[in-house]
Amino acid sequence: MATRKNPLLDSVYWRGAISILVFLALWEIGSLSKIWIKWEAFEWLRSILVAFGLKPAYLPWIGAVPAPSEVLEAWGRVLGDPGYWQSWYMSFFRVITGFFAAMLIGIPFGLLLAVSRTAFGMGFPVFEVLRPIPPLAWVPASILFWPTQEMSIAFVTFLGAFYTIVINVVGGARAIDMRYFQAARSMGSSQSDIFWRIILPGTLPSIMVGSAVGMGITWEVVVAAEMISGGGSQIGGTSGGGLGFFIWNSYVGGSYEQIVVGMISIGIAGFISSELLRTLGKRVTPWLRLR
Amino acid sequence: MMSAVIAAARPQTGLTRGAIVIDDVVKIYDPDGAAVMAVDHCSLEIKAAEICMIVGPSGCGKTTLLNAIAGFHEITSGRILLDGEVLCSSERPKADPGSDRIVVFQNGALFPWKTNLDNVAFGPLMQGKLNKSEATEKARGMMADAGLAGVEHNFPGEVSSGMRRRVEIVRALMNEPKVLLLDEPYRALDSLTKSVMHEALLEIYYKNKVTIFFITHDLEEAIFLGHKVAIMTTRPCKPKKILEVDIPHPRDYSVLTSKHFRELMEETNDAVHEEALKAFAAGEKEG
Repeated sequence: MATRKNPLLDSVYWRGAISILVFLALWEIGSLSKIWIKWEAFEWLRSILVAFGLKPAYLPWIGAVPAPSEVLEAWGRVLGDPGYWQSWYMSFFRVITGFFAAMLIGIPFGLLLAVSRTAFGMGFPVFEVLRPIPPLAWVPASILFWPTQEMSIAFVTFLGAFYTIVINVVGGARAIDMRYFQAARSMGSSQSDIFWRIILPGTLPSIMVGSAVGMGITWEVVVAAEMISGGGSQIGGTSGGGLGFFIWNSYVGGSYEQIVVGMISIGIAGFISSELLRTLGKRVTPWLRLR
Repeated sequence: MMSAVIAAARPQTGLTRGAIVIDDVVKIYDPDGAAVMAVDHCSLEIKAAEICMIVGPSGCGKTTLLNAIAGFHEITSGRILLDGEVLCSSERPKADPGSDRIVVFQNGALFPWKTNLDNVAFGPLMQGKLNKSEATEKARGMMADAGLAGVEHNFPGEVSSGMRRRVEIVRALMNEPKVLLLDEPYRALDSLTKSVMHEALLEIYYKNKVTIFFITHDLEEAIFLGHKVAIMTTRPCKPKKILEVDIPHPRDYSVLTSKHFRELMEETNDAVHEEALKAFAAGEKEG
Protein backbone atom coordinates (compact mmCIF):
# COMPACT_ATOMS: atom_id res chain seq x y z
CA MET A 1 0.00 0.00 0.00
CA ALA A 2 1.23 3.42 -0.90
CA THR A 3 -0.34 5.23 2.02
CA ARG A 4 1.90 5.75 4.98
CA LYS A 5 0.81 4.53 8.38
CA ASN A 6 -0.15 7.26 10.79
CA PRO A 7 2.91 7.51 13.05
CA LEU A 8 0.67 8.17 16.07
CA LEU A 9 -0.80 4.72 15.62
CA ASP A 10 2.61 3.14 15.36
CA SER A 11 3.30 0.69 18.18
CA VAL A 12 6.57 2.45 18.99
CA TYR A 13 4.66 5.55 20.01
CA TRP A 14 1.96 4.02 22.14
CA ARG A 15 4.48 1.75 23.80
CA GLY A 16 6.49 4.87 24.67
CA ALA A 17 3.39 6.62 25.96
CA ILE A 18 2.36 3.62 28.05
CA SER A 19 5.83 3.27 29.51
CA ILE A 20 5.82 6.92 30.62
CA LEU A 21 2.29 6.66 32.05
CA VAL A 22 3.14 3.49 33.97
CA PHE A 23 6.28 5.14 35.29
CA LEU A 24 4.32 8.18 36.48
CA ALA A 25 1.61 6.01 38.03
CA LEU A 26 4.10 3.89 39.98
CA TRP A 27 5.88 7.05 41.09
CA GLU A 28 2.60 8.60 42.28
CA ILE A 29 1.62 5.44 44.14
CA GLY A 30 5.08 5.18 45.69
CA SER A 31 5.05 8.80 46.81
CA LEU A 32 1.64 8.45 48.31
CA SER A 33 2.90 5.55 50.41
CA LYS A 34 3.07 7.94 53.36
CA ILE A 35 -0.73 7.86 53.27
CA TRP A 36 -1.64 4.31 52.36
CA ILE A 37 1.05 2.61 54.38
CA LYS A 38 -0.90 3.55 57.52
CA TRP A 39 -3.85 1.51 56.31
CA GLU A 40 -4.77 -1.67 58.11
CA ALA A 41 -4.13 -3.82 55.05
CA PHE A 42 -0.43 -2.89 54.92
CA GLU A 43 0.45 -3.98 58.42
CA TRP A 44 2.71 -6.68 56.89
CA LEU A 45 4.62 -4.11 54.82
CA ARG A 46 5.26 -1.94 57.86
CA SER A 47 6.63 -4.93 59.74
CA ILE A 48 8.96 -5.75 56.83
CA LEU A 49 10.26 -2.16 56.80
CA VAL A 50 10.81 -2.25 60.53
CA ALA A 51 12.58 -5.61 60.18
CA PHE A 52 15.03 -3.92 57.77
CA GLY A 53 15.56 -1.07 60.19
CA LEU A 54 13.63 1.41 58.04
CA LYS A 55 10.96 3.92 58.96
CA PRO A 56 7.51 2.37 58.73
CA ALA A 57 6.07 5.81 57.83
CA TYR A 58 6.62 5.48 54.07
CA LEU A 59 8.31 3.31 51.41
CA PRO A 60 12.08 3.86 51.35
CA TRP A 61 13.38 6.42 48.84
CA ILE A 62 10.30 6.73 46.67
CA GLY A 63 8.13 7.66 49.66
CA ALA A 64 10.42 10.59 50.37
CA VAL A 65 10.20 11.86 46.78
CA PRO A 66 7.47 14.38 45.99
CA ALA A 67 4.64 12.87 43.99
CA PRO A 68 4.33 13.74 40.28
CA SER A 69 1.08 15.56 41.00
CA GLU A 70 2.88 17.78 43.51
CA VAL A 71 5.77 18.29 41.12
CA LEU A 72 3.37 19.26 38.37
CA GLU A 73 1.72 21.73 40.67
CA ALA A 74 5.08 23.25 41.65
CA TRP A 75 6.00 23.37 37.99
CA GLY A 76 2.84 25.27 37.25
CA ARG A 77 3.86 27.85 39.83
CA VAL A 78 7.42 28.36 38.51
CA LEU A 79 6.28 28.56 34.90
CA GLY A 80 5.16 32.09 35.63
CA ASP A 81 8.40 32.92 37.42
CA PRO A 82 10.86 34.79 35.15
CA GLY A 83 13.70 33.49 37.34
CA TYR A 84 12.94 29.92 36.22
CA TRP A 85 13.17 30.87 32.58
CA GLN A 86 16.25 32.92 33.29
CA SER A 87 17.76 29.72 34.67
CA TRP A 88 16.94 27.88 31.48
CA TYR A 89 18.48 30.66 29.48
CA MET A 90 21.62 30.82 31.62
CA SER A 91 22.27 27.09 31.54
CA PHE A 92 21.63 26.86 27.81
CA PHE A 93 23.81 29.88 27.21
CA ARG A 94 26.68 28.35 29.20
CA VAL A 95 26.33 24.94 27.57
CA ILE A 96 26.26 26.44 24.10
CA THR A 97 29.19 28.77 24.78
CA GLY A 98 31.31 26.03 26.28
CA PHE A 99 30.27 23.47 23.70
CA PHE A 100 30.91 25.66 20.68
CA ALA A 101 34.22 26.81 22.07
CA ALA A 102 35.12 23.14 22.49
CA MET A 103 34.13 22.40 18.88
CA LEU A 104 35.88 25.50 17.57
CA ILE A 105 39.15 24.66 19.30
CA GLY A 106 38.83 20.89 19.62
CA ILE A 107 38.13 20.00 15.98
CA PRO A 108 41.10 21.88 14.46
CA PHE A 109 43.33 20.76 17.32
CA GLY A 110 42.30 17.13 16.86
CA LEU A 111 42.81 17.32 13.11
CA LEU A 112 46.22 18.88 13.62
CA LEU A 113 47.22 16.06 15.96
CA ALA A 114 45.95 13.55 13.42
CA VAL A 115 47.76 14.92 10.36
CA SER A 116 51.04 16.09 11.84
CA ARG A 117 53.45 13.74 13.56
CA THR A 118 55.28 16.69 15.05
CA ALA A 119 52.13 18.20 16.49
CA PHE A 120 51.09 14.81 17.80
CA GLY A 121 54.47 14.19 19.42
CA MET A 122 54.45 17.59 21.08
CA GLY A 123 50.78 18.05 21.88
CA PHE A 124 49.45 14.63 22.74
CA PRO A 125 51.45 13.86 25.92
CA VAL A 126 50.33 17.12 27.54
CA PHE A 127 46.79 16.49 26.38
CA GLU A 128 46.81 12.98 27.80
CA VAL A 129 48.04 14.18 31.18
CA LEU A 130 45.38 16.89 31.40
CA ARG A 131 42.58 14.72 30.07
CA PRO A 132 42.03 12.49 33.11
CA ILE A 133 41.55 15.56 35.34
CA PRO A 134 37.78 15.80 35.76
CA PRO A 135 36.41 19.16 34.62
CA LEU A 136 35.00 19.75 38.10
CA ALA A 137 38.49 19.52 39.58
CA TRP A 138 39.18 22.63 37.55
CA VAL A 139 36.52 24.67 39.32
CA PRO A 140 38.67 26.27 42.04
CA ALA A 141 41.59 26.91 39.67
CA SER A 142 39.18 28.21 37.09
CA ILE A 143 37.67 30.68 39.54
CA LEU A 144 41.18 31.93 40.28
CA PHE A 145 42.25 32.09 36.62
CA TRP A 146 39.30 33.87 35.10
CA PRO A 147 38.21 37.39 35.91
CA THR A 148 34.48 36.68 36.11
CA GLN A 149 32.57 33.77 37.54
CA GLU A 150 30.69 33.49 34.27
CA MET A 151 33.94 32.86 32.43
CA SER A 152 34.98 30.27 35.00
CA ILE A 153 31.77 28.34 34.45
CA ALA A 154 32.11 28.60 30.68
CA PHE A 155 35.68 27.36 30.90
CA VAL A 156 34.78 24.32 32.97
CA THR A 157 31.91 23.57 30.61
CA PHE A 158 34.30 23.89 27.69
CA LEU A 159 36.66 21.34 29.23
CA GLY A 160 33.79 18.89 29.59
CA ALA A 161 33.30 18.68 25.85
CA PHE A 162 36.82 19.48 24.67
CA TYR A 163 38.61 16.25 25.53
CA THR A 164 35.92 14.00 24.13
CA ILE A 165 35.78 15.94 20.89
CA VAL A 166 39.56 15.92 20.45
CA ILE A 167 39.91 12.20 21.19
CA ASN A 168 37.17 11.37 18.72
CA VAL A 169 38.57 13.61 16.01
CA VAL A 170 42.05 12.12 16.33
CA GLY A 171 40.70 8.57 16.35
CA GLY A 172 38.30 9.25 13.48
CA ALA A 173 40.89 10.89 11.27
CA ARG A 174 43.36 8.08 11.86
CA ALA A 175 40.81 5.41 11.09
CA ILE A 176 40.19 6.73 7.57
CA ASP A 177 40.99 3.93 5.14
CA MET A 178 44.38 4.20 3.43
CA ARG A 179 42.71 3.42 0.11
CA TYR A 180 40.90 6.76 0.08
CA PHE A 181 44.20 8.59 0.34
CA GLN A 182 45.77 6.43 -2.35
CA ALA A 183 42.82 6.89 -4.67
CA ALA A 184 42.81 10.65 -4.10
CA ARG A 185 46.55 10.90 -4.70
CA SER A 186 46.30 8.87 -7.90
CA MET A 187 43.61 11.19 -9.18
CA GLY A 188 45.85 14.18 -8.67
CA SER A 189 44.65 15.61 -5.35
CA SER A 190 46.91 18.13 -3.67
CA GLN A 191 47.65 18.06 0.05
CA SER A 192 44.96 20.64 0.72
CA ASP A 193 42.45 18.74 -1.47
CA ILE A 194 43.18 15.66 0.61
CA PHE A 195 42.57 17.59 3.80
CA TRP A 196 39.32 19.23 2.72
CA ARG A 197 37.88 16.42 0.63
CA ILE A 198 39.10 13.28 2.39
CA ILE A 199 40.22 13.92 5.95
CA LEU A 200 37.51 16.36 6.92
CA PRO A 201 34.48 14.48 5.55
CA GLY A 202 36.04 11.19 6.63
CA THR A 203 36.28 12.50 10.18
CA LEU A 204 32.81 14.06 10.31
CA PRO A 205 31.03 10.97 11.65
CA SER A 206 33.51 10.80 14.54
CA ILE A 207 33.17 14.53 15.11
CA MET A 208 29.44 14.06 15.49
CA VAL A 209 29.88 11.14 17.88
CA GLY A 210 32.38 13.10 19.95
CA SER A 211 30.02 16.08 19.99
CA ALA A 212 27.06 14.02 21.13
CA VAL A 213 29.04 12.54 24.02
CA GLY A 214 30.61 15.93 24.73
CA MET A 215 27.20 17.58 24.86
CA GLY A 216 26.09 15.14 27.55
CA ILE A 217 29.19 15.84 29.62
CA THR A 218 28.65 19.57 29.14
CA TRP A 219 25.25 19.35 30.84
CA GLU A 220 26.67 17.33 33.71
CA VAL A 221 29.44 19.83 34.20
CA VAL A 222 27.38 23.00 33.90
CA VAL A 223 24.89 21.87 36.52
CA ALA A 224 27.61 20.96 38.99
CA ALA A 225 29.50 24.18 38.30
CA GLU A 226 26.37 26.21 38.90
CA MET A 227 25.77 24.47 42.20
CA ILE A 228 29.33 25.06 43.34
CA SER A 229 29.66 28.64 42.21
CA GLY A 230 26.27 29.75 43.43
CA GLY A 231 24.86 30.48 40.03
CA GLY A 232 27.34 33.02 38.76
CA SER A 233 27.95 36.58 39.75
CA GLN A 234 25.77 38.48 37.33
CA ILE A 235 22.51 37.08 38.50
CA GLY A 236 20.52 38.67 41.25
CA GLY A 237 17.49 37.13 42.87
CA THR A 238 17.00 33.63 44.09
CA SER A 239 16.49 31.41 41.09
CA GLY A 240 18.05 33.01 38.03
CA GLY A 241 21.48 31.37 38.16
CA GLY A 242 20.99 28.39 35.92
CA LEU A 243 19.14 25.12 36.34
CA GLY A 244 21.86 23.67 38.56
CA PHE A 245 21.56 26.65 40.85
CA PHE A 246 17.77 26.41 40.64
CA ILE A 247 17.98 22.87 42.05
CA TRP A 248 20.46 23.83 44.72
CA ASN A 249 18.43 26.86 45.70
CA SER A 250 15.28 24.74 45.95
CA TYR A 251 17.13 22.31 48.16
CA VAL A 252 18.40 25.07 50.45
CA GLY A 253 14.93 26.59 50.53
CA GLY A 254 13.37 23.24 51.37
CA SER A 255 11.16 23.15 48.27
CA TYR A 256 11.50 19.49 47.36
CA GLU A 257 8.99 19.58 44.54
CA GLN A 258 11.09 22.25 42.86
CA ILE A 259 14.18 20.06 43.06
CA VAL A 260 12.38 17.52 40.91
CA VAL A 261 11.13 20.28 38.60
CA GLY A 262 14.75 21.34 38.13
CA MET A 263 15.89 17.79 37.50
CA ILE A 264 13.25 17.14 34.89
CA SER A 265 13.96 20.51 33.31
CA ILE A 266 17.58 19.47 32.86
CA GLY A 267 16.43 16.17 31.37
CA ILE A 268 14.31 18.06 28.86
CA ALA A 269 17.08 20.56 28.14
CA GLY A 270 19.57 17.76 27.54
CA PHE A 271 17.12 15.97 25.29
CA ILE A 272 16.55 19.14 23.25
CA SER A 273 20.31 19.64 22.87
CA SER A 274 20.85 16.04 21.76
CA GLU A 275 17.97 16.27 19.28
CA LEU A 276 19.37 19.48 17.80
CA LEU A 277 22.77 17.87 17.51
CA ARG A 278 21.32 14.74 15.90
CA THR A 279 19.47 16.86 13.38
CA LEU A 280 22.66 18.73 12.59
CA GLY A 281 24.54 15.43 12.37
CA LYS A 282 22.09 13.98 9.87
CA ARG A 283 22.42 17.11 7.81
CA VAL A 284 26.21 17.10 7.63
CA THR A 285 26.64 13.34 7.19
CA PRO A 286 23.82 12.45 4.80
CA TRP A 287 25.62 9.33 3.59
CA LEU A 288 25.17 7.70 7.00
CA ARG A 289 21.40 7.98 6.89
CA LEU A 290 21.16 4.78 4.88
CA ARG A 291 22.70 2.61 7.56
CA MET B 1 24.26 -4.38 -23.93
CA MET B 2 26.56 -6.77 -25.69
CA SER B 3 25.13 -5.92 -29.08
CA ALA B 4 26.67 -2.48 -28.84
CA VAL B 5 30.12 -3.98 -28.72
CA ILE B 6 32.58 -2.40 -31.04
CA ALA B 7 34.73 -4.77 -33.05
CA ALA B 8 37.87 -5.52 -31.16
CA ALA B 9 40.52 -8.09 -31.75
CA ARG B 10 44.01 -8.36 -30.34
CA PRO B 11 45.52 -5.12 -29.12
CA GLN B 12 46.91 -3.27 -32.09
CA THR B 13 50.66 -2.92 -32.19
CA GLY B 14 50.23 0.68 -33.31
CA LEU B 15 48.85 1.72 -29.94
CA THR B 16 51.52 3.18 -27.74
CA ARG B 17 49.42 4.19 -24.74
CA GLY B 18 49.85 2.04 -21.73
CA ALA B 19 52.62 -0.44 -22.55
CA ILE B 20 54.12 -1.68 -19.29
CA VAL B 21 57.50 -3.29 -18.90
CA ILE B 22 58.28 -4.89 -15.59
CA ASP B 23 61.99 -5.52 -15.68
CA ASP B 24 63.68 -7.74 -13.11
CA VAL B 25 61.77 -6.24 -10.19
CA VAL B 26 62.66 -7.34 -6.69
CA LYS B 27 60.77 -6.35 -3.58
CA ILE B 28 62.06 -7.25 -0.17
CA TYR B 29 60.01 -6.32 2.85
CA ASP B 30 62.13 -5.67 5.87
CA PRO B 31 59.71 -5.03 8.67
CA ASP B 32 61.88 -5.95 11.64
CA GLY B 33 65.19 -7.19 10.38
CA ALA B 34 63.70 -10.36 8.95
CA ALA B 35 63.87 -9.78 5.21
CA VAL B 36 60.91 -11.23 3.37
CA MET B 37 61.14 -11.48 -0.38
CA ALA B 38 57.75 -10.64 -1.85
CA VAL B 39 58.72 -10.29 -5.50
CA ASP B 40 61.68 -12.17 -6.95
CA HIS B 41 63.31 -10.93 -10.15
CA CYS B 42 59.98 -10.58 -11.85
CA SER B 43 59.86 -9.63 -15.52
CA LEU B 44 56.70 -9.18 -17.52
CA GLU B 45 55.78 -7.22 -20.61
CA ILE B 46 52.27 -5.93 -21.14
CA LYS B 47 51.38 -4.45 -24.51
CA ALA B 48 49.41 -1.26 -24.89
CA ALA B 49 45.67 -1.86 -24.54
CA GLU B 50 46.22 -5.43 -23.52
CA ILE B 51 44.25 -7.13 -20.77
CA CYS B 52 46.82 -8.87 -18.65
CA MET B 53 45.49 -11.12 -15.95
CA ILE B 54 47.74 -11.86 -12.98
CA VAL B 55 46.74 -15.12 -11.35
CA GLY B 56 48.14 -16.42 -8.11
CA PRO B 57 47.11 -17.56 -4.68
CA SER B 58 46.16 -15.02 -2.05
CA GLY B 59 49.14 -13.32 -0.51
CA CYS B 60 51.54 -14.36 -3.26
CA GLY B 61 52.85 -10.86 -3.85
CA LYS B 62 50.68 -9.80 -6.79
CA THR B 63 49.36 -6.77 -4.98
CA THR B 64 52.92 -5.71 -4.17
CA LEU B 65 53.54 -5.52 -7.89
CA LEU B 66 50.37 -3.51 -8.43
CA ASN B 67 51.30 -1.11 -5.65
CA ALA B 68 54.70 -0.57 -7.23
CA ILE B 69 53.13 0.33 -10.58
CA ALA B 70 50.58 2.60 -8.91
CA GLY B 71 53.28 4.33 -6.90
CA PHE B 72 51.99 3.38 -3.47
CA HIS B 73 55.00 1.30 -2.50
CA GLU B 74 58.72 1.18 -3.26
CA ILE B 75 60.57 -1.52 -5.10
CA THR B 76 63.93 -2.84 -3.94
CA SER B 77 65.56 -3.21 -7.35
CA GLY B 78 64.75 -3.56 -11.02
CA ARG B 79 62.57 -1.09 -12.89
CA ILE B 80 59.10 -0.54 -14.21
CA LEU B 81 58.46 1.38 -17.42
CA LEU B 82 55.28 2.85 -18.80
CA ASP B 83 55.44 3.66 -22.51
CA GLY B 84 59.22 3.66 -22.31
CA GLU B 85 59.38 6.05 -19.38
CA VAL B 86 60.83 4.83 -16.14
CA LEU B 87 58.22 4.88 -13.38
CA CYS B 88 60.49 3.47 -10.74
CA SER B 89 63.91 1.89 -10.55
CA SER B 90 66.69 1.20 -8.07
CA GLU B 91 67.57 4.90 -8.14
CA ARG B 92 64.01 6.09 -7.64
CA PRO B 93 62.31 3.22 -5.86
CA LYS B 94 58.86 4.77 -5.57
CA ALA B 95 56.87 5.96 -8.56
CA ASP B 96 54.71 9.05 -8.27
CA PRO B 97 51.04 8.12 -8.14
CA GLY B 98 49.43 9.59 -11.23
CA SER B 99 46.16 9.77 -13.06
CA ASP B 100 47.65 7.71 -15.92
CA ARG B 101 47.50 4.66 -13.64
CA ILE B 102 44.31 4.31 -11.64
CA VAL B 103 43.67 1.53 -9.17
CA VAL B 104 40.31 -0.09 -8.60
CA PHE B 105 40.70 -1.49 -5.11
CA GLN B 106 39.82 -4.90 -3.78
CA ASN B 107 37.22 -3.61 -1.35
CA GLY B 108 36.36 -0.51 -3.32
CA ALA B 109 37.51 3.00 -2.56
CA LEU B 110 34.61 5.15 -3.64
CA PHE B 111 34.38 8.02 -1.18
CA PRO B 112 31.30 7.16 0.89
CA TRP B 113 30.64 10.85 1.63
CA LYS B 114 30.32 11.78 -2.03
CA THR B 115 27.46 10.85 -4.31
CA ASN B 116 28.26 8.47 -7.14
CA LEU B 117 28.24 11.39 -9.56
CA ASP B 118 30.62 13.45 -7.43
CA ASN B 119 32.87 10.43 -7.08
CA VAL B 120 33.02 9.99 -10.84
CA ALA B 121 33.62 13.70 -11.43
CA PHE B 122 36.39 13.80 -8.82
CA GLY B 123 39.48 13.05 -10.93
CA PRO B 124 39.27 15.68 -13.69
CA LEU B 125 38.31 18.28 -11.08
CA MET B 126 41.38 17.48 -9.01
CA GLN B 127 43.63 17.59 -12.02
CA GLY B 128 42.13 20.91 -13.05
CA LYS B 129 41.33 19.49 -16.48
CA LEU B 130 37.64 20.35 -16.28
CA ASN B 131 35.61 22.78 -14.25
CA LYS B 132 32.81 21.64 -11.97
CA SER B 133 29.99 21.75 -14.53
CA GLU B 134 32.07 20.18 -17.31
CA ALA B 135 33.23 17.41 -15.03
CA THR B 136 29.68 16.76 -13.85
CA GLU B 137 28.40 16.66 -17.40
CA LYS B 138 31.11 14.27 -18.52
CA ALA B 139 30.56 12.09 -15.46
CA ARG B 140 26.85 11.95 -16.19
CA GLY B 141 27.54 10.89 -19.77
CA MET B 142 30.02 8.21 -18.82
CA MET B 143 27.74 6.83 -16.15
CA ALA B 144 24.88 6.65 -18.63
CA ASP B 145 27.14 4.79 -21.09
CA ALA B 146 28.00 2.27 -18.41
CA GLY B 147 24.35 1.63 -17.55
CA LEU B 148 24.53 3.67 -14.39
CA ALA B 149 21.88 6.25 -15.18
CA GLY B 150 19.59 6.77 -12.22
CA VAL B 151 22.07 6.25 -9.41
CA GLU B 152 24.00 9.49 -9.91
CA HIS B 153 22.63 11.14 -6.80
CA ASN B 154 22.78 8.09 -4.59
CA PHE B 155 25.65 7.58 -2.24
CA PRO B 156 27.83 4.54 -2.92
CA GLY B 157 26.41 2.90 0.20
CA GLU B 158 22.94 3.01 -1.32
CA VAL B 159 23.64 0.85 -4.38
CA SER B 160 24.57 -2.80 -4.80
CA SER B 161 28.18 -3.89 -4.59
CA GLY B 162 28.22 -4.79 -8.28
CA MET B 163 26.95 -1.31 -9.09
CA ARG B 164 29.61 0.23 -6.86
CA ARG B 165 32.35 -1.60 -8.70
CA ARG B 166 31.05 -0.28 -11.97
CA VAL B 167 30.92 3.26 -10.60
CA GLU B 168 34.49 2.89 -9.46
CA ILE B 169 35.67 1.68 -12.85
CA VAL B 170 33.89 4.61 -14.49
CA ARG B 171 35.51 6.94 -11.97
CA ALA B 172 38.88 5.50 -12.96
CA LEU B 173 38.16 5.90 -16.68
CA MET B 174 37.16 9.54 -16.20
CA ASN B 175 40.86 10.23 -15.67
CA GLU B 176 41.60 8.87 -19.15
CA PRO B 177 44.28 6.61 -17.70
CA LYS B 178 46.72 4.61 -19.76
CA VAL B 179 46.44 1.73 -17.36
CA LEU B 180 43.69 0.41 -15.14
CA LEU B 181 45.02 -1.51 -12.20
CA LEU B 182 42.37 -3.83 -10.83
CA ASP B 183 43.06 -5.62 -7.58
CA GLU B 184 40.63 -8.51 -7.35
CA PRO B 185 37.73 -6.14 -7.88
CA TYR B 186 35.10 -8.87 -8.08
CA ARG B 187 36.35 -10.98 -5.22
CA ALA B 188 33.44 -10.18 -2.93
CA LEU B 189 30.75 -10.61 -5.56
CA ASP B 190 28.63 -13.70 -6.04
CA SER B 191 29.22 -15.65 -9.22
CA LEU B 192 26.06 -14.43 -10.98
CA THR B 193 26.89 -10.78 -10.35
CA LYS B 194 30.44 -11.56 -11.33
CA SER B 195 29.42 -12.82 -14.77
CA VAL B 196 27.44 -9.64 -15.37
CA MET B 197 30.42 -7.58 -14.24
CA HIS B 198 32.77 -9.43 -16.58
CA GLU B 199 30.70 -8.63 -19.62
CA ALA B 200 30.28 -5.05 -18.44
CA LEU B 201 34.02 -4.70 -17.99
CA LEU B 202 34.69 -6.05 -21.46
CA GLU B 203 32.14 -3.67 -22.90
CA ILE B 204 33.79 -0.75 -21.13
CA TYR B 205 37.15 -2.00 -22.36
CA TYR B 206 36.01 -2.21 -25.99
CA LYS B 207 34.92 1.41 -25.78
CA ASN B 208 37.94 2.77 -23.98
CA LYS B 209 40.89 0.55 -24.90
CA VAL B 210 43.08 0.99 -21.89
CA THR B 211 45.71 -1.41 -20.70
CA ILE B 212 44.28 -3.54 -17.92
CA PHE B 213 46.39 -5.06 -15.20
CA PHE B 214 43.95 -7.34 -13.44
CA ILE B 215 44.78 -9.32 -10.35
CA THR B 216 42.68 -12.36 -9.55
CA HIS B 217 42.89 -15.83 -8.13
CA ASP B 218 40.13 -17.09 -10.33
CA LEU B 219 41.58 -18.87 -13.35
CA GLU B 220 38.32 -19.03 -15.23
CA GLU B 221 37.86 -15.28 -14.85
CA ALA B 222 41.45 -14.79 -16.00
CA ILE B 223 41.14 -16.80 -19.21
CA PHE B 224 37.72 -15.39 -20.01
CA LEU B 225 38.84 -11.77 -19.78
CA GLY B 226 42.53 -11.74 -20.61
CA HIS B 227 44.64 -11.48 -23.72
CA LYS B 228 47.40 -12.71 -21.54
CA VAL B 229 47.34 -14.68 -18.32
CA ALA B 230 50.40 -14.62 -16.10
CA ILE B 231 50.35 -17.35 -13.49
CA MET B 232 52.53 -16.28 -10.61
CA THR B 233 54.49 -18.33 -8.15
CA THR B 234 53.64 -17.84 -4.52
CA ARG B 235 56.00 -15.82 -2.35
CA PRO B 236 58.31 -14.72 -3.74
CA CYS B 237 56.22 -13.76 -6.72
CA LYS B 238 57.32 -14.10 -10.32
CA PRO B 239 55.71 -15.43 -13.50
CA LYS B 240 55.59 -19.23 -13.48
CA LYS B 241 53.73 -19.59 -16.74
CA ILE B 242 52.47 -17.07 -19.23
CA LEU B 243 49.50 -18.03 -21.35
CA GLU B 244 48.55 -16.13 -24.48
CA VAL B 245 44.81 -16.58 -24.79
CA ASP B 246 44.06 -16.92 -28.48
CA ILE B 247 40.30 -16.65 -28.17
CA PRO B 248 39.34 -13.63 -30.26
CA HIS B 249 37.69 -10.59 -28.69
CA PRO B 250 34.91 -9.56 -28.39
CA ARG B 251 34.03 -12.44 -26.15
CA ASP B 252 30.82 -13.31 -24.44
CA TYR B 253 29.79 -15.95 -21.98
CA SER B 254 29.37 -18.68 -24.59
CA VAL B 255 33.16 -18.82 -24.67
CA LEU B 256 33.14 -20.49 -21.28
CA THR B 257 31.62 -23.66 -22.58
CA SER B 258 33.77 -23.90 -25.70
CA LYS B 259 36.19 -26.77 -26.11
CA HIS B 260 39.13 -24.48 -26.60
CA PHE B 261 38.40 -22.63 -23.36
CA ARG B 262 38.37 -25.95 -21.52
CA GLU B 263 41.69 -26.89 -23.11
CA LEU B 264 43.26 -23.64 -21.96
CA MET B 265 41.90 -24.25 -18.47
CA GLU B 266 43.43 -27.72 -18.43
CA GLU B 267 46.70 -26.41 -19.70
CA THR B 268 47.05 -23.97 -16.82
CA ASN B 269 45.10 -25.52 -14.01
CA ASP B 270 47.96 -27.65 -12.73
CA ALA B 271 50.31 -24.69 -12.49
CA VAL B 272 47.75 -22.71 -10.48
CA HIS B 273 46.90 -25.63 -8.26
CA GLU B 274 50.55 -26.31 -7.53
CA GLU B 275 51.07 -22.74 -6.33
CA ALA B 276 47.87 -22.82 -4.32
CA LEU B 277 49.13 -25.88 -2.48
CA LYS B 278 52.44 -24.17 -1.79
CA ALA B 279 50.69 -21.09 -0.48
CA PHE B 280 48.45 -23.22 1.67
CA ALA B 281 51.40 -25.12 3.09
CA ALA B 282 53.17 -21.82 3.83
CA GLY B 283 50.08 -20.67 5.67
CA GLU B 284 49.80 -17.37 3.81
CA LYS B 285 47.11 -15.13 5.11
CA GLU B 286 44.31 -13.87 2.94
CA GLY B 287 44.91 -10.66 1.03
